[in-house]
Amino acid sequence: MAKKRGVGISAVWYPTGMSGGGDPSQAIIKMQPDGSVDVLIGTVDIGQGVRTVVRQIAAEELGVPIERVSVTVVDTDSSPLDTGTFASRATHQTGNAVLQAAAEARQVLLEVGAQQLGVEPEALVLENDTVVVKDHPEQAIPIPDVASHATWAERRLIAGRGAFGWAVAKVDSETGQGEPLHTMAYGATLAEVEVDTETGEVKVLKLVSAYDCGKAINRLLVEGQIDGGAAMGLGSALMEELHPYYPSLEHHPTGFFSYMLPTAKDVPPLEAVIVEMNSDTGPYGAKGIGEMTANSQAPAIINAIHDAIGVWITDIPATSEKVLRAIEAQAGEDIQPGYVPPEPYWPHEAIAG
Amino acid sequence: MTEHKYVGQRLPRYDGMQHVTGKTQFVGDMRMHGMLYVKAWRSPVASATISRIDVSQAKALPGVVAVITHEQVPNNRYGFAGDFPVLADTEIRYKGQEVAAVAAETEEIARQAVELIKVDYKERPAVLDPFEAMRPDSAKVSPTGNFVMFDGKPYRPVIRGDVEAAFAQADHIIEGYFRTAAQEHCPIETQTSVVQTDSMGRTHIHTVTQAVFFNQGTLASILKKPQSMVHMLGGIVGGGFGAKNDPHTDHICAVLSLYTNGRPVRWIWTREEEFVASTQRGATHMFFKDAVTNDGHIIGRQVRSVRDGGAYVLTNDYVAAKHAFAVSGPYNIPNIRTHAYAVLTNRRPTSSMRGFGIYQASIGHELQIEHIAKQLGMDSWRIRFLNAVHDGDLSATQAVLKNCGLIESLQQTAERAGVKLDDEFLQLSSKAVREA
Repeated sequence: MAKKRGVGISAVWYPTGMSGGGDPSQAIIKMQPDGSVDVLIGTVDIGQGVRTVVRQIAAEELGVPIERVSVTVVDTDSSPLDTGTFASRATHQTGNAVLQAAAEARQVLLEVGAQQLGVEPEALVLENDTVVVKDHPEQAIPIPDVASHATWAERRLIAGRGAFGWAVAKVDSETGQGEPLHTMAYGATLAEVEVDTETGEVKVLKLVSAYDCGKAINRLLVEGQIDGGAAMGLGSALMEELHPYYPSLEHHPTGFFSYMLPTAKDVPPLEAVIVEMNSDTGPYGAKGIGEMTANSQAPAIINAIHDAIGVWITDIPATSEKVLRAIEAQAGEDIQPGYVPPEPYWPHEAIAG
Repeated sequence: MTEHKYVGQRLPRYDGMQHVTGKTQFVGDMRMHGMLYVKAWRSPVASATISRIDVSQAKALPGVVAVITHEQVPNNRYGFAGDFPVLADTEIRYKGQEVAAVAAETEEIARQAVELIKVDYKERPAVLDPFEAMRPDSAKVSPTGNFVMFDGKPYRPVIRGDVEAAFAQADHIIEGYFRTAAQEHCPIETQTSVVQTDSMGRTHIHTVTQAVFFNQGTLASILKKPQSMVHMLGGIVGGGFGAKNDPHTDHICAVLSLYTNGRPVRWIWTREEEFVASTQRGATHMFFKDAVTNDGHIIGRQVRSVRDGGAYVLTNDYVAAKHAFAVSGPYNIPNIRTHAYAVLTNRRPTSSMRGFGIYQASIGHELQIEHIAKQLGMDSWRIRFLNAVHDGDLSATQAVLKNCGLIESLQQTAERAGVKLDDEFLQLSSKAVREA
């Protein structure tokens, strides 16, 4: 009886946006007469911080201080449409829509500023909350003044619209040929575990990951996704199971006393590297990071268990009970470590073996 | 390189401090004048036919304002396949399924009223094993059959090259079976709605959904109203992870609000309801068979997957298809044959959960490649670098891959973990052109 250590790795990929496409996100940006900015989106912030990302993009593109940018919550009376916050799509799809909307609003801002400065709009840039003549930086007007002038004197609305999403993919029904998945993001994880061969308990000692999410628009939020994903991935690897006697419904958990989630005491020190292999499609080169960060831990942990004690767990999660049974099976006992499927019946197929 | 002022910065969440100091108003914090409380009658069995639903005693209980069954739902079916009832009508397909709902002055009265509802049903044998459900002699979960259909087929195929030729050519044929479990998302905030239908017949829904507009369409269809008559307010969510893409409380509350003379209704699920009746991640079975060369190249891969899909189609076809497109993994495999099945069973409906079919795929291809490495006596890093995708490679669906980053992710993981990789791996790049 001993505690044995092992190391395992995994490599994953994940598409950005809805598989098969057809997933628009829209954005409207309007500037108030005082130069503050409203960004209207239909995108739900599920905790990942998409409103913060959108705010960064709008402030960047319009040259205004970020504190003057407000991003709405969702109200179908005023927000433009968004397909939904799923499929690791919000930063990429909504971000692109906001970029477009900002470009349109920016054009109006430049046109009004050009009139005021007596130059062509092309001669202007937006910088530090001012509309500036590129070649004569001393000629500049604060953006709030342009916004006020546009509203009250010129009776113009400084606003822009944007919409982005993947086109509906044509996928061959016989072969799947086509492009249903877009802008793949990548990741890898190394897990170190300690297996107690007496109890079957697996303790994760270390999780080191690197995720390629293209340009990280907000590194703090990307790291938040990675840390949250690590905890969730660890739970799926070792603890979470709705059918302890699968496929039976017996002992189906009804709360946290019977369904174990990882807590702070289960999560090891986390190490994460952000890899930026920029995409050709995302805002500033971004890809989706949302879901992938919970997918790489389980295989790395299961592989680490094999490295530690030489048994394969093939029925996930690797609960203590399954690990212990696997150890006993390895020692020659007639015991199944987990669910074993019956010989499947494959209908309508002509595949040998 | 363009200099950015805000993009790329480490900025804290702009609404984060409000969330963690309890100042944010979530839907469950709302109190409205005249607000009523909702509870539902849930099936205690996994499979049954319903012969009679009697709500007369519940309706007569003082303090009860409205009781609804399927008869009060303007359009009782929704979902991608249009097969999911808002309230069960002729049959029950999973334990915990809602059959009737009550709106009352207090939560306690609503609970008592639910106990007065009488549902006469005849229990049927439940089909819980997807492999049993696949057999021609299986009891039917759905009258139309137990397979989720894909363009007339009971599975989503993805075919590239000639996998049989690869098996014939291979030095090793390596097979693996893996199962991933069903999971509950466990958002901190359970399913919640506050809904009111005003005197103009416009329904206002305070929602916790992750997909407001998607659900606006669904709700409009259920209520048989134009989308503009369904006003949804949302965007502040206490955790989703995919649990809040499908409606759980919005639709039942919206229908109830048609019968409360303008009074708002509020429903917050208990943790137990979240565990027994919300959508779940579907357990998935994966059978791999790979053609491998002595030097560790995977030249052919066959995968057959079976998703234990739960009682209704919902997003099963989408999840199984996404799984099928990605399950061969981030590797350059010239010959692929994938058949992804989704099979109906008498358990609570499955739908999206963070990873949407690719969580399962990741476990499958990463355990399988490790099995191959061990069988070949090969290093875990080497086999992944050897097979990793490069820019210009084709995916399983024969799309050209661009902006690849697997090699770099592996390199940087090793570096941070203090693993010394061989120089030949450190020199690799996703952008390197493959030798013909």
